[in-house]
Amino acid sequence: MRQLALSDEILLSVDKPTRYTGGEFNSRMDAQEAFDTFCTTFAMCFPDVYEIGMSNLGIQIIYDLFNRRPGTFCDRVFSPWTDLDPLMRQHHIPLFGLESQRPVKDFDFLGISLGYEMCYTNILQVLDLSDIPFHAEDRTWEHPIVIGGGSCTYNPEPIAPFFDLFYIGEGETQYWPLMDLYEQCREEGLSRREFLKKAGNLPGMYAPQFYTPVYHEDGTLADFVAEEGMPARIRKEIVHDVSDTFYPEAPIVPTMRVTQDRVVLEIMRGCIRGCRFCQAGMIYRPVRERSVEFLKDKAVKMLKNTGNEEITLSSLSSSDYRHLKELIEYLIDTFHGKGGVNISLPSLRIDAFSLDVMSRVQDIKKSSLTFAPEAGTQRLRDVINKGITEEDILEGSGLAFEGGWNRVKLYFMLGLPTETEEDMRGIAELSERIAERYYEIPKEKRAGKVQITASSSFFIPKPFTPFQWARMFPREEYLARARVVNQHMKEMKNKKSLSYQWHDADTTILEGVFARGDRRIAAVIEEAYRRGCFYDAWTETFHFDVWMQCFADCGLDPDFYIMRERPEDELFPWDFIDIGVNKRFLLREWHNAREGRVTPNCRAKCQGCGAACFGEGVCVEGSR
Amino acid sequence: MKVRVKFGKDGSARFAGHLDVMRYFQKALRRAEVPMVYTHGFSPHPVMSFAQPLGLGLSSEGEYFDLEVSESLTTPEEVARLQAQMAEGFSVTDWRLLPEKSQPAMAVIAAADYAVSIREGHEKPAGIFRDLPGAIARFRAQEKCLVTRETKKNTIETDLLPLIYEMRPDEADPETVFLRVSAGSVDNVRPEVVMEAFWRFAGCEPAPFDFAVRRLELYARAEDGRFVTLADMGVPVTEPLSDAPTEGEA
Repeated sequence: MRQLALSDEILLSVDKPTRYTGGEFNSRMDAQEAFDTFCTTFAMCFPDVYEIGMSNLGIQIIYDLFNRRPGTFCDRVFSPWTDLDPLMRQHHIPLFGLESQRPVKDFDFLGISLGYEMCYTNILQVLDLSDIPFHAEDRTWEHPIVIGGGSCTYNPEPIAPFFDLFYIGEGETQYWPLMDLYEQCREEGLSRREFLKKAGNLPGMYAPQFYTPVYHEDGTLADFVAEEGMPARIRKEIVHDVSDTFYPEAPIVPTMRVTQDRVVLEIMRGCIRGCRFCQAGMIYRPVRERSVEFLKDKAVKMLKNTGNEEITLSSLSSSDYRHLKELIEYLIDTFHGKGGVNISLPSLRIDAFSLDVMSRVQDIKKSSLTFAPEAGTQRLRDVINKGITEEDILEGSGLAFEGGWNRVKLYFMLGLPTETEEDMRGIAELSERIAERYYEIPKEKRAGKVQITASSSFFIPKPFTPFQWARMFPREEYLARARVVNQHMKEMKNKKSLSYQWHDADTTILEGVFARGDRRIAAVIEEAYRRGCFYDAWTETFHFDVWMQCFADCGLDPDFYIMRERPEDELFPWDFIDIGVNKRFLLREWHNAREGRVTPNCRAKCQGCGAACFGEGVCVEGSR
Repeated sequence: MKVRVKFGKDGSARFAGHLDVMRYFQKALRRAEVPMVYTHGFSPHPVMSFAQPLGLGLSSEGEYFDLEVSESLTTPEEVARLQAQMAEGFSVTDWRLLPEKSQPAMAVIAAADYAVSIREGHEKPAGIFRDLPGAIARFRAQEKCLVTRETKKNTIETDLLPLIYEMRPDEADPETVFLRVSAGSVDNVRPEVVMEAFWRFAGCEPAPFDFAVRRLELYARAEDGRFVTLADMGVPVTEPLSDAPTEGEA
C-alpha cells in the first residue's frame, strides 16, 4: 500500500479526505515505483477541487495518453480545498501528486489544464504550494516544466509569465514529441532555456518568454515581437483522424461522488453551427465526427471497465452527429437486461426523435427539457446566428408536453451586442408562450402544472469569435437588464409557472477582462493572489472589491479591456495564434451580426472561414 | 437468492465514507459481472444493504453487505472475481449464501470486535501501559461508567460497563486493546468512547486522534445467546447455483 503524503490527523480534519488520497480503481497501482524508476514524469493538474477536475474529459484523455507512453508516468494534481490549504502551509507539506503522493516539484512536467478564466489564481496556489517560482524565467532544472493546455490557451497572455510553455490545440498530437525532445535535451545536457526554445518550435507550442508585446501610448497592442529563431505565428494542433487516436478505455473510477459521475464519450469535435458568441464553435473547427464503430467499441469498454451505469454522449451539438440513432439503439440493446444504461444527451435539439430517445433512457417525471434560445427575440437570435426559432421551441415543447414532460429549462444571455429592452422583455414573453402551449393540452391529459425556469448569464465576448470586437457593460447596467426581465416575468399571465434566475455580474466583469486581456493583467492576478484571492470561481471565496483594488494599485483600468468597442484594425494579444479560422471571416461575421444577417451552417453552405486549411472533417465531406 | 459479502478497508480506503463505499461496491459488482437482481422502474438499482457504517479513518476486516443475485459461482470464485475489481485498500474475503428467510444484516447486529492501538507518533501514557491488564481490570471493576451523549433533543446518559463484553490486551500485541462491545441499532458503542472513558478513569486526558481503531468482526446473537459472526449465518457456496428454472423443470 502507498505511503500517503498527509497524516491521518490532517486527513480526518478536512472535508472529503478522498480528494487527496488517490488509489482509485483504474489508477496506477504501481505509482510510487513508477515515479522512482521511470524516466519522464508528468503531473497533470486541473486547478480546481478534485470532484470538478475529475469530471473533465480533457484530463482523462491526456492522462491516458501519457501513461501509454513507455517509460512515462503521469499523475494527477488538484487544488487543495480552502480547509487543507492553510494546514499544508502550517505543516510545510508540499503539494503532491495523488497517485505517487510525491511532491509536484520533483516531477519533470507540471501540466495545467485551463478550462475557465476564473481558475487563474488557483494556478498560483498550485505553484506556491509546490514551491515553484511564479515566473518562468526564475525557474531552473530544479523545477518542472510548467505547461498550460485547454481552451484558455487561445488567449494565454494574461497568464503568460507563469508558464514555460503553452500547448495550443488538441493534446493528442504533440505531447509525445515534446517528451522525446525533453528526454533528448536532458541527455545532451542542454540548458532549460535551450530546451524551451526548441520546444517552442514544435507545432502548436508557444514559449511566451521569447515573445515581447509592445504597446501604443493608448494601451493597445502595437506589436508582438518574437525572438530570433521563434515562430511568429503559432498554428493550433488538431487531431486529423478522430476515429484512430487516443481515447481512454478504462477511465479512473473516483471513489467519492464527482460532478460528472458517469462515463463521457465524445462523439465528435467541433460544431457546424457558427453561433457568433461561441468560442468553442470557432476554435474547434473543423467538425470531425468519430466513426460509429469506434464509439460503440469505446462505450462498451468504458462502461464495462468502470461499472458506471450512465454515459454522456458529449459534443457541442449532438443532433448534428449523423449516426446518433444507430449509436443510441446499439447502447440500449447491448445493456438491456443488465441493469440497463442511462444515456444523457446534452446539447440535443428537441424533436420527435430526441423525445423518443429520452423517453426510453430517462425518467420523464424526473427529467426536464432544455432549450438554449440564448436571446429573447428572433431579431437578436439572428444577430447571434443562433439557428433556433420560436417555432422550433414551441413545437418541441408541445411534443414533449404531450409526451408527459412538464418541466422546461431555458438558457439566455443578457448584454449581447445590439440588445434592446424589447429583447430583454422577449425572454419573459417566450417563457410565457411556452407555458401557454402547455395549457392548450386538455386538463385531463396534463401532468399537473408546468414549470418553466429561465436563467440568464451575462454575455462575455471571447477571442476568436465574431464578437471579439464587442464591448461589455458596467455591472449596474447588467443588473438593470436582469431586473427588466424579472419585472416583465411578473407581468405574465402564467407568472406562477415561470421562474427567472440570473448570474452574478461581478465575476462577469473579471472573466471579461481575463478573456481578452493582455500580458499586463498577469501582475493583477499575482497581486490578487498575494492578497488572498483564490477559488474565484466559487461565490463564497470571490472578493470583487479586492480585485478592483488590485487593478487600481497595478495602474490598470478594467474598463480598457471590456468597455471599449474595439476598432476593426486593432491588433489583439491573441492574434499571433492561428486557429485556421481567419480574422477576415470573423470580421465579416461581425458585420453580418450587426445587420442581423444569418449565416448558414458548415454543412448547408461553406463560408470559407479558413478552417479548410486542415483538410479534415466537414470541410472535405463528400470530396473523398 | 441472497448472499452476504464480507470485505475489509485499509490504507486510503479508510477515508471513503459510507455512501461512497456503497456506490463503490455497486460499480465493482457491475465490473465483476455479478448477476445482481435490480429493482424495477426507471432507475433500477441493485438490491443490496450494508450491515453497519464504519467511522471515517477506521480500518476493518469485518465489514458486510447483503446482496440479491440470480446466480452464484462458488465462494472462492466469487471472492476472486470481486477481488480483481477492488481499488487500493479494499478487499473481499467471503461470500456466503443466506437462508431463504433471513433478516438483513443491519437488523441482526448485536456486537462488534475492535482492536485499538495508539496511533503512531502519539504518546502511550505510562500509567496505563505499565500494567495494561491491571488498568483494564480496575476500569471494569467500577460500579458504573456513565457516559453522556448529546442528541438533537436531549442528553442521554448510558452506563458503558454492561455493554463491554470483552476488554483485554490483544494476544498478538500486548499494547493493543481488544474490545468486544455492543453494536447495532440499539446500544451501539463506539470503541473510541470506551477508550476515552478508560483513559480518564486512569487519570489520563486523551488527545484527538490518539486511538487507531480497527474493526475485526461483526456478530449477531444466536438463540442460545452466543455470538455468531455475520458470515456464519450463511453457508459457503460449493457448487454454482442459479435461480433460473433449469431445463425440464419449467
